[in-house]
Amino acid sequence: MNPFIEIITQPDNIAIVIMILMVSFFMVWAFQQAFQNDKLKASGYAVDGENDQDVDTYKPLVRIELLISLAVMLFLTIWSIVVDAPLEEIANPTLTPNPAKAPWYFLGLQELLVYFDPWLAGVVLPSLIVVGLIAIPYIDTNPKGNGYYTFSERKYSIIIFSFGFFILWLLLIVIGVFDRGPGWLWYWPWQEWDAHRVVFEPTRDLSNLVGVESRSLAGFIIGAIVVGVYMVGGMVWPYKYWQKKNPELLQQLGMIRYVTIVFLFITMMSIPIKMILRLVFLIKYVWITPWFNV
Amino acid sequence: MSDLFNKVKKNLIWKSVFRRDYRDNVRDRALAVFGNVFLHLHPVKVRESAVKLRYTWGMGGITFLAFIILTITGVVLMFYYHPSVDQAYSDMKDLEFQVPYGVITRNLHRWGAHFMVIVVMIHMFRVFMTGSYKAPRQFNWGIGVILLVLTFLLSFTGYLLPWDQLGFWAITVGTNMGAATPLLGYQGPFSEYLHITPYNDIRFALLGGATVGGNALLRSYIWHCIAIPLIATVLMVVHFWRVRKDGGISRPQNH
Ligand code: HEM
Repeated sequence: MNPFIEIITQPDNIAIVIMILMVSFFMVWAFQQAFQNDKLKASGYAVDGENDQDVDTYKPLVRIELLISLAVMLFLTIWSIVVDAPLEEIANPTLTPNPAKAPWYFLGLQELLVYFDPWLAGVVLPSLIVVGLIAIPYIDTNPKGNGYYTFSERKYSIIIFSFGFFILWLLLIVIGVFDRGPGWLWYWPWQEWDAHRVVFEPTRDLSNLVGVESRSLAGFIIGAIVVGVYMVGGMVWPYKYWQKKNPELLQQLGMIRYVTIVFLFITMMSIPIKMILRLVFLIKYVWITPWFNV
Repeated sequence: MSDLFNKVKKNLIWKSVFRRDYRDNVRDRALAVFGNVFLHLHPVKVRESAVKLRYTWGMGGITFLAFIILTITGVVLMFYYHPSVDQAYSDMKDLEFQVPYGVITRNLHRWGAHFMVIVVMIHMFRVFMTGSYKAPRQFNWGIGVILLVLTFLLSFTGYLLPWDQLGFWAITVGTNMGAATPLLGYQGPFSEYLHITPYNDIRFALLGGATVGGNALLRSYIWHCIAIPLIATVLMVVHFWRVRKDGGISRPQNH
């Protein structure tokens, strides 16, 4: 069979195809409503829902709940009739499959293992994702756009969230499912997997670029400076910038909120930055210390 | 026909279950909601936006429905499953070849689980895009995030139960991350200062051993079938309660 068809019709991967279809559909629907509301507002009209009245729960709401429930159950029933859940060979601790993949919703994190050591990819970053998500309502002080779809009133928060959600979370999952084969090497979905393929990819550490051994004291210091400049500079520079452009915004945020937002943001951006360093410049570590490597 | 209808409805048993007739008036429409323990989750009247599909997409409700389907099919599966290394895998085979409707029950549980993970993420996206985490719903967003994590963990702990290669290695890969936890995992940074070894680290606590074995299977089973569903149920109760207490489904404020 065509490898492409084969990989997207694997029973567990059908769920990923369904996810891609559903997420795309709702993404378009959300942004379409957002732009529509923006247009309404710009021409002085009320946004969708602003003039809503109360309606009875019984039956308008109960009816639609019933209909959706029936549709969902029908959908799941058909899915379950058409596709059988796979059962692989009995667990065998001596026989490691290649690749050994985590469940699909964690594949984004497993993908990060290419770019970060496990303590970052598997522990620190996921914890920060959870903390960051919970923090969103407390750091986003923009009171606008509460209770309706809009883009123009919340541009930055929507762009940042969408980048995290669609690119860093969902796209990495899709890559993990469809584009990662033996040895976690890249395979296009239409490519045949080859368990014996070896890719020799010379990597170096950042300080090697300036000819300094990364495991030496000098390398350690260079790494510390680069990481330090990224973290501290990332904190200070936007502050200076906003102080000039929009001091009220800083005032309104306050110090704690400002530091939290910027810390979460530069941590998030360290992911694409580290990916580019690795993929384009073949750099493995930025900073090597006796305890951990970044 | 209507005679029969009347006979059914005019006897003591029927009346003991359904207290009153339903007539389509304001009072009965309200009573239909708060006279019913399940519908009582809802207020008697809701804003139109709560009914319009294009606003909520019904995603939170669909997530809840998926959870209910998983609870029901899960209970059925539990009748046929032993959480032991010797029996788990052959129980799966029995489901496939011996148990009536075993295959479709397992399929519904498996695909329902994938489905729940998909829809809970879309629900979160909807809530974000409508700005519904903003005041006064900040706390309920936080409850939601925990529910999201619990949904992942429910699915993750279920992965091991068939005791096949897929689940075994997915859990091995997943829990190896625990070994990398700073301070608390034996491979994590700084753990040597706390004298952490593979036999007393956080991974050991998760697995009940240094490798994925019988204890890990039992722990997965109990987290999956009892502990996490209990915690998630409590949080869902809080979540739904807060949706109402925060003024119902969010809507534009200035009107
Ligand atoms: C097991 C998981 C969950 C279930 C069963 C659930 C269920 C629901 C339901 C039934 C509603 C009513 C409105 C609707 O259907 O959209 C709702 C609203 C809400 N959910 Fe969830 N939810 C879950 C997870 C989450 C997550 C992951 C988040 C966010 C991170 C979240 C945040 C909220 C918020 C803020 C509201 C109020 C929305 C509004 O007023 O417009 N929930 N949830």
